[in-house]
Amino acid sequence: MSKDGILTGEFFMMGDVACAEGAISAGCRFFAGYPITPATEIAERMAARMPQVGGTYIQMEDELASMITVLGASWGGVKAMTATSGPGFSLMMENLGLGIMTETPCVLVNVQRGGPSTGLPTLVAQGDMMQARWGSHGSYEIIALVPSSPQELFNLTIRAFNLAEKYRTPVLIMTDAEVGHMTEKVVIPPPEEIEIVSRRRPTVPPDEYLPYEAGDDLVPPMANAGEGYRFHITGLTHDERGYPGMDAETQERLIYRLIEKIRRNRDDIIQLEEHGLEDAEVVVCSYGIAARTALWPVELARKEGIKVGTLRLITVWPFPEERIRRLAREVKAFVVPELNYGQIVLEVERCAAGQAEAILVRHAGGGIHNPRKVLEAIRRAAR
Amino acid sequence: MSDKQVVNLKPDRNPMDELLREDRLPHIWCSGCGIGVALTCFIKALQKSGLDLDKVAVVSGIGCTGRVAGYVKLDSFHTTHGRAIPFATGLKLANPELKVVVFSGDGDLIAIGGNHLIHAARRNVDMTIICVNNFNYGMTGGQAGPTTPAGAITSTSVYGCFEHPFNIPYLAAASGAVYVARWTALHVRRLEKSILEALHKSGFSFVEVISPCPTLYGRWNKQRTGLAQMQYYHDKGVIRHGLDPKEVDIGLHGEIVEGVFVDIEKPTFLDFCSAALAKNAETGGS
Repeated sequence: MSKDGILTGEFFMMGDVACAEGAISAGCRFFAGYPITPATEIAERMAARMPQVGGTYIQMEDELASMITVLGASWGGVKAMTATSGPGFSLMMENLGLGIMTETPCVLVNVQRGGPSTGLPTLVAQGDMMQARWGSHGSYEIIALVPSSPQELFNLTIRAFNLAEKYRTPVLIMTDAEVGHMTEKVVIPPPEEIEIVSRRRPTVPPDEYLPYEAGDDLVPPMANAGEGYRFHITGLTHDERGYPGMDAETQERLIYRLIEKIRRNRDDIIQLEEHGLEDAEVVVCSYGIAARTALWPVELARKEGIKVGTLRLITVWPFPEERIRRLAREVKAFVVPELNYGQIVLEVERCAAGQAEAILVRHAGGGIHNPRKVLEAIRRAAR
Repeated sequence: MSDKQVVNLKPDRNPMDELLREDRLPHIWCSGCGIGVALTCFIKALQKSGLDLDKVAVVSGIGCTGRVAGYVKLDSFHTTHGRAIPFATGLKLANPELKVVVFSGDGDLIAIGGNHLIHAARRNVDMTIICVNNFNYGMTGGQAGPTTPAGAITSTSVYGCFEHPFNIPYLAAASGAVYVARWTALHVRRLEKSILEALHKSGFSFVEVISPCPTLYGRWNKQRTGLAQMQYYHDKGVIRHGLDPKEVDIGLHGEIVEGVFVDIEKPTFLDFCSAALAKNAETGGS
């Protein structure tokens, strides 16, 4: 560890811990959270590490508070994060909405477990994927990244902070209990090799500053509290001054910009991993831990002579619509294993629009897919 | 008056203008409401405080009082219902140079935000809370809330309120606040003084402001005008500094006890934090 508390090197590290270290490498210096299995190790690591890097850890009274404390810290000028699982994620939806509306950069990690309700606290699921997209009320776009290894959890936590700062929006990391609790080799590069993005700052004097006046990129520069800008921020529909505007026109202008600033940058945000798609007739489209359990059945199917490839979604939201649309014109079917009763498969089906079949390999959570079931689905798709 | 001391009877600027967003006025509050009085006292206290106003942030939740953040020319945040205090916690801990003031109503801070209030007080996070208590939910049309006196009529307690209200100073004191005061909107000089004291306090300071709501609460409870409610505060307000906050409940018809009930010192969250860090640096983290 360097004098300023930053880790570099090779480690045998748990996913949750790698997430915390990724945050620290990204410049996160504030963590507010509430203990919850299977995300608690992130909080514990941050409680120990934040003081070593000059940051703050605070344990809040609940997840409603955790989420909005993170927003407050971000407006205080510090990169901030919280981490939770299903029940806490539900509580965070309220202030996730405030974060989107006020364009507050921050990162929210959901280490998914079985639900609904208390469900399976210690066991894996991927049942919150649609909640991630639609869980807060109103019309909005969200960015959600899904890692499938501790190393990737480390990498994507850095990326999440960079995207949050670049687009001024909360970014979700939708990992799961398997990846979060898995221990593997994690390589932490030296700080100078890590790309860090920070929020664009106002260049005008305070009396000319409009907190929600955006240029062509639709992302307004952000002043922090205490810098003399004396801005007003509200969760109400607001104009460029940040003042409430209770009319359809202001609403349309604001919501259009909030959505477009993400949609127009899909190419920058969306990250996919593709293998063997050149000649594929069947595409196994999956994400997170389900993408790892799909590797072996794909190998077996290839040995059987089935032309199958894989499309792993690293960015799930915004959804890679264009890639799925193009593939749908070339392949017979998509096989979608996910640890839920059908969420991302609905998006695949929507984008395939009848040109290719979308076959769900469902699992209610509590364990990972039986590879045989994925193999059977691939065989069925190839017929 | 000598001719050298001409008083401009129509000044261009109000002395409070530097701290108000004039382009947002007129405000939304009803005539007879006490929120404007509380805001005036706050601004006057701020002007006397000597604080660097660029480093003062106001955080509000939702409701009539929640609109205060929108009228002050400071870094100001109008957040979600009940969550002003945890937002303020993040702001303060991220930038300890800030003086953070939470300005919100009884429904916001005591009902939906009650859990955050008690925990921030317990942690002794350095912030000042100004809680305007008008005994009902004004913004939504006058429903009963956690401060509505038993027996009071509101739009959701049409047979009289069946619940016991919170005694707010007692709640704040029991939760750990280092400064707890209550004043009515009639007692403006004392209110301003208390806000000033609260601003200079290190730790979680709390000022309750009893406010008329003639449009809603007053109308149903035989105090139809702001003046009638102010008259009530005049007749029934009694000052008892240092009284055990346990004794300061407000009933439907009884007296309203005012004063500074708690004024103590204890380490804040950040005091503990920096003490631990200093120790850690000394021992090399062992």
